Amino acid sequence: MRHLISMEDLTRDEVVRILDVAEQLLPIALRERRSVPTLRGKAVCNLFLEDSTRTRLSFDLAAKRMSAEVLNFSAKGSSVSKGESFKDTALTLNAMGVDCVVVRSHSAGAPVQLASYLDVPILNAGDGWHQHPTQALLDVFTMRRHLGDLEGRTVVIVGDILHSRVARSEVQALKLLGAEVVLVAPPTLLPPAVEGWGVRIASDLDAVLPEVDVVYLLRVQRERMRGAFFPSSREYARIWGMDERRLGLVKPDALVMHPGPMNRGVEITADVADAHQQVITEQVTNGIAVRMACLYLLLAGEGPALAGDDTEEAA
Amino acid sequence: MSEVLLRGGRVLDPASGVDGVRDVHVADGQIVAVGQDLPVGGDVEVVDCDGLWVAPGFVDVHTHLREPGFEDAEDITTGSMAGAAGGYTALCAMANTDPVCDSAAVAEMVWRRGREVALVDVFPVGSITKDMAGEELTEFGELNRSAAQVDFFSDDGKPVASSLVMRRALQYARAFDAVICNHSEDPDLTVDAQMNEGAVSSVLGLPGWPREAEEVMIARDLILAEGAGARLHVPHVTTKGGVELLRLAKSRGIRVTAEVTPHHLSITDDAVASYDPVLKVNPPVRLQEDVDALRAALADGTIDCVGTDHAPHPPELKDQEWEHAPCGMLGLETAIAVVLTDLVHPGLLDPLTAIARFTTGPASVRDVGAHGGPIAPGEAANLTVLDPARTWTVDGAALHSRARNSPFHGRELTGRPVHTLLRGRFTLRDGQVRASEEVPA
Amino acid sequence: MSRLFDADDVARMLRRLAHEVIEANHGAQNLVVLGIQTRGVPLAERLAALIEDIEGVPVPHGALDTTLFRDDLDVKGPRSIGETRVPVDVDGRTVVLVDDVLYTGRTIRAALDAVSELGRPARIRLVVLVDRGHRELPIRADHVGKNLPTAYGDHIKVLVAEVDGEDGVVAEPEGAA
Repeated sequence: MRHLISMEDLTRDEVVRILDVAEQLLPIALRERRSVPTLRGKAVCNLFLEDSTRTRLSFDLAAKRMSAEVLNFSAKGSSVSKGESFKDTALTLNAMGVDCVVVRSHSAGAPVQLASYLDVPILNAGDGWHQHPTQALLDVFTMRRHLGDLEGRTVVIVGDILHSRVARSEVQALKLLGAEVVLVAPPTLLPPAVEGWGVRIASDLDAVLPEVDVVYLLRVQRERMRGAFFPSSREYARIWGMDERRLGLVKPDALVMHPGPMNRGVEITADVADAHQQVITEQVTNGIAVRMACLYLLLAGEGPALAGDDTEEAA
Repeated sequence: MSEVLLRGGRVLDPASGVDGVRDVHVADGQIVAVGQDLPVGGDVEVVDCDGLWVAPGFVDVHTHLREPGFEDAEDITTGSMAGAAGGYTALCAMANTDPVCDSAAVAEMVWRRGREVALVDVFPVGSITKDMAGEELTEFGELNRSAAQVDFFSDDGKPVASSLVMRRALQYARAFDAVICNHSEDPDLTVDAQMNEGAVSSVLGLPGWPREAEEVMIARDLILAEGAGARLHVPHVTTKGGVELLRLAKSRGIRVTAEVTPHHLSITDDAVASYDPVLKVNPPVRLQEDVDALRAALADGTIDCVGTDHAPHPPELKDQEWEHAPCGMLGLETAIAVVLTDLVHPGLLDPLTAIARFTTGPASVRDVGAHGGPIAPGEAANLTVLDPARTWTVDGAALHSRARNSPFHGRELTGRPVHTLLRGRFTLRDGQVRASEEVPA
Repeated sequence: MSRLFDADDVARMLRRLAHEVIEANHGAQNLVVLGIQTRGVPLAERLAALIEDIEGVPVPHGALDTTLFRDDLDVKGPRSIGETRVPVDVDGRTVVLVDDVLYTGRTIRAALDAVSELGRPARIRLVVLVDRGHRELPIRADHVGKNLPTAYGDHIKVLVAEVDGEDGVVAEPEGAA
């Protein structure tokens, strides 16, 4: 794995490998075991060009639990506002000798561009509406811990697919693992040509809920309402929101998930949110383990990625 | 002035319909004879054109020369050099400069700088509205009666959003038989738009620029032009639907001309997967079905001409994240090569029609004086000599433009201008741009 | 490939090693037996069972993965991480590390770090089935099944039924691995 920019770049085996490594790292993420020296001497730069305290903290912890040095480079908005081109920013990082750049940007494709400027692994921590691969990986990791193999499972993703990098990564991750994906959204919030994504589009959430193993709710951003994508949060909650009644329609062991932060009262009622708080909390610690796994696989050397331990002679 | 005999080239002259091997004798800036095996006098320089094509000098109705105001991207000297290297003898400089070309002073300055540089004739485009704000009409009369004799107005880069302003502009332009060229984009439908809306934008997570935004505007403008009885030019058509609207309009007798850019004839939106901001352009590159429709429309004359929309930007602006990078691509030096490579050589367009789309086609859009042919005795010797078989690899940095944002960088193209003559003087000789005596380039 | 020892030989070695561990520890109390991934893990399980049989007290055993503590990740590239499973708190106990082959000593160096991250044992002892020499670090085993001096780079492989389907020790000349 050279970079982790888009779920599209990964094979099924690579995804399983990341999840398996994360499984072994989970005790460290949970603080059941102490941090490990694996990435001692490696410098990881968190290049956050868009505010995101939660994701930055998660990457920060992940790197530190593996003993990497962490450089935090935060700049809101475009580098052009400081009179420096994005390329200049990239070349500055190169000069500082970082070993990996974790990049978060408002601009779709910024990690792809960064990879063309730098020789080090690029880890996408979210770019515009494009991709957020570690979020998708931590979500499928969480699902796998609850449901086992996701092959043949059904996941419904509800809400603002159009503006969601999480949805794009999530759909690809789930499909790689053999799950069926159903999208339910106001038609104004479905991406163009979404039929080409290999998913099922459904209009009636109630009709879908009884067959699904996971209900994945996306955050509805307030500014979308001003853009008249839907008339009101009240109407959204009524037609696409998860409430107690709808909760009664899902299988008893189905998961209700949300990438956070939640808009209580819009995509999820307070009661449903509280009832499923445990999974949502798990997603946070799982996120650290998955990000540790990604850093480990990207940073631990240039050698051939081995399928297992057995090819290495015990010494 | 020395005399030149272009010996034995294939003359492609759409104005006269000639497609055959001829000698062309040039003296004192004019064509003095065209024929087979012309006699050679004492001090006539003979230029062997065997295997080459001899065409009228090319005319671009859509060039951003960036002067005044944005000389870090291009100026009239470097833009004229790019034009000469691309086989052009006439460029129409768009109005979105700083200050905007909404006064005789700016128009005359641009026109005069073109004359001083003397590599191409520069025909300024006036803005439709003052400062391109889309509100008050520019003084068309002042620009029309200036030394630059502007008869073509455009706020290109920005649409005239108001239907009322557009209607008035078309009506008022009739007083000067001027042409109104509106950037076809409904701005409400393109807020934050970054690329063609479709399957690719969907996956790349870039806000889409829907085809409807272009087609709604073309349809509106055609209806308004018909009502006003005015001349409309539709720049950079990019969609199949836009082509269909134009075809219908022409069949109804609406006074409309249209252009297509080389990049819209060649590049599709899947190239954007690289997120290389050089590929960011407005209107955006679209789908293969659009490319196919545009190629057919150029061949059948629904689209009158190739316009380059040559839009230089300095590297520091293109080296931004995609969403922050400006729209625009270089075009002058690769235009004919792209059309030859992608349309003529594969047999989609015959050579004479291809040359027409660079000469008589653009010359029909507006008055560009003695450009566009014919190649006949008594005409100004504005000529282009091409090697249709010359294969070369585009190097954005090696182009004459000050900028280097060529979307064809690294691509192998077949066909390239060898010589360009402006009123009998070589502005391009054996592939080298030759500055005039007055202004060292 | 030549077979140096068969399953019976391996079983005899393990029985002897169990007795040695008990003797050095003056019994089986306060032990925790940790096998190093991959083949050390079943060997540790068997060793713990033998000690339990002999002494009649339960002996906790588990698995230790050293990947995250290795110093050759830059060279060898990332590998999968095996399970680390430690059933008891190691503080104050005698940790018996079990591995199949002792060679350069680098795995044991990593294992010592891995144990240190788990807590502070009273002492750490090392049991290996085969010691083939060529140490790169000042590390030695406390209890050895067989010393098998080999040419550097020669491959000695311990086969363990739980992993390989059979028990035994085989040699492969250099380059045949």
